[in-house]
Amino acid sequence: MNMNYLEPQGRGAVRDWIFSTDHKRIGLLYLAVMTAMFWVAVLLGVLMRIEQLTMGPTIMTPATYNAMFTVHGVVMIFMFVVPGLPAVFGNFLLPIMIGAKDVSFPRINLLSWYFFIIGGALAVASLFLGAGAPDTGWTFYVPFSLRTGTNVSLAVFAAFLLGFSSILTGINFITTVHRMRAPGMSWHRMPLFVWALYSTAWIQVIATPVIGITLLLVILERSFGIGVFDPAKGGDPVLYQHLFWIYSHPAVYVMIVPAMGAISEIIPTFARRTIFGYKAIAYSSIAIAALGSLVWAHHMFTSGMGELANTVFSLLTFLVAVPSAIKVFNWTATLYKGSTKLEPPMLYALTFILLFSIGGLTGVMQGALALNVHLHDTYFIVGHFHYVMFGGTGFAFFAALLYWFPKMFGRTYDRRWAFAAWPPLFIGFNILYGSMLLLGLQGMPRRYFDHLPQYHVLHVAATAGSWIMVTGLAMLFTTLLRGLLKGSKAPADPWGGLTLEWTVSSPPPLENFEAIPTVDRAPYAYNPGRTS
Amino acid sequence: MTMDTSHPPAEPASYQTITTVWAALLVLTGLLVAASGVSPFWAVAAMLTLTPLKAGLVLYYFMHLKYEGPLIKGMVAIALTTLVIFIGMMFLDLAFR
Repeated sequence: MNMNYLEPQGRGAVRDWIFSTDHKRIGLLYLAVMTAMFWVAVLLGVLMRIEQLTMGPTIMTPATYNAMFTVHGVVMIFMFVVPGLPAVFGNFLLPIMIGAKDVSFPRINLLSWYFFIIGGALAVASLFLGAGAPDTGWTFYVPFSLRTGTNVSLAVFAAFLLGFSSILTGINFITTVHRMRAPGMSWHRMPLFVWALYSTAWIQVIATPVIGITLLLVILERSFGIGVFDPAKGGDPVLYQHLFWIYSHPAVYVMIVPAMGAISEIIPTFARRTIFGYKAIAYSSIAIAALGSLVWAHHMFTSGMGELANTVFSLLTFLVAVPSAIKVFNWTATLYKGSTKLEPPMLYALTFILLFSIGGLTGVMQGALALNVHLHDTYFIVGHFHYVMFGGTGFAFFAALLYWFPKMFGRTYDRRWAFAAWPPLFIGFNILYGSMLLLGLQGMPRRYFDHLPQYHVLHVAATAGSWIMVTGLAMLFTTLLRGLLKGSKAPADPWGGLTLEWTVSSPPPLENFEAIPTVDRAPYAYNPGRTS
Repeated sequence: MTMDTSHPPAEPASYQTITTVWAALLVLTGLLVAASGVSPFWAVAAMLTLTPLKAGLVLYYFMHLKYEGPLIKGMVAIALTTLVIFIGMMFLDLAFR
């Protein structure tokens, strides 16, 4: 009998994991670190909300508040949302879904994880070492980031290393998809999650080096005063914003496109129906990757750019909504006349569609130049961003975890508790971030330590929402942890999925397949007679 | 596998070719240095034209792009095209600010 990948491999418990080049183990290494970092960032977020519970100082100083939102952002963005679905589920599932035994470069895959944990450790260390925690926000905007005496260089270097991790993962995924597909796994028989990972990998490879060089320039400028961004030396601070957002806007799609891929797996499985518009969804991932790379300057409408640039980037921003809307339309159309079954993954996936739609539409609003001037740097942006990143990527991450948990760990979780965690999570989320949208419309600026009396009621509501939401989060993670430790054995295909990962045992064998499979049908061939 | 995983036969460039390319890189570097002393306009113009040319020579001969198949060449072309678009779109701002 073929041993599964979780069984000891004879090098000792720790070495079996930290020196493993098995893509599945590496996926779980990412999951463990990311979960820990997620809770660190959640804690910082909750503390920030408690600070806003009263007017004036509540539990921290203004400088501490600045450090809190900076590290909350850096950790959440670079250590949870960006690597989120690609690093965990991409690593674990991509080779299995295309019928391969591993990724193309298993050792580089492990190296990528080492870059990730070293970068993460430095990001956390930047809180405690040197002249104080960084206080620039996660964007490290110049000229403030050049002048502040806090520990910006270390935090920037941490982000640089995390970027390297992302590039290596991207190269690995592109090569794997091109070179390691099983016989019969043509491009149009690939699961849509693989299409999403492939599109994302291109963004990672092309856009991430830009931020890498930019962050190095910030370090050089802080250390040697080279003057690229410093206006006092003839540099251009707006150039920094261009370079930062050339990566960081596509990075939003690194965060959301794999989430969309996971949703495209879950919906047809629980609708028991071939996905509506397979090719449209697949190519819309590519379109998002391409168009999403050309809209970065919509973050800079109030930064003093030329009018021509403002107009062009506004137009492009409206265009990028089209491929996203194609996906939403196709998911909804897939449900039509399906035999829909509401299991926990499906519930969280449907929640993704709603919350992502709110996040997406509030984003399109900001593409309008006139409105953008009013909303820029207000809580509206914070609310919009969290609807996309948490309501979108976060809920998709939970949906993916609930969907593939039995496959990854070979155990089931208590579905009643997974359902029970949803109401506080959903209600708390909307109170928290819905309040932020309203606060922003009323003019409350982001990143302020304190607030005026007219904003107080909504701030209190947002803080209460954060407590409700964290209760739901704790229930969900406890449910999964209990499933991991005490859950009953999971069958190979608990949900009736048709993609290749459901054809192998749970947890999967060490090398995934005893023999490389031959693929002779489309990935979601629930309808009789459909073979291509 | 559905893709051809074999590499095209390696045809290492002759010493003469490599030496010629190296000499061309030295000449281009000299031109860049000279242009930087003429005026800021010529310095920027030389950087925007000669530097990509130098990078292209290094990619093509020293990094063996010349001997790769269409897939790798296509991928490099996508990356370079994206870079050109990025720089071009930044000029939408810089040139009309």
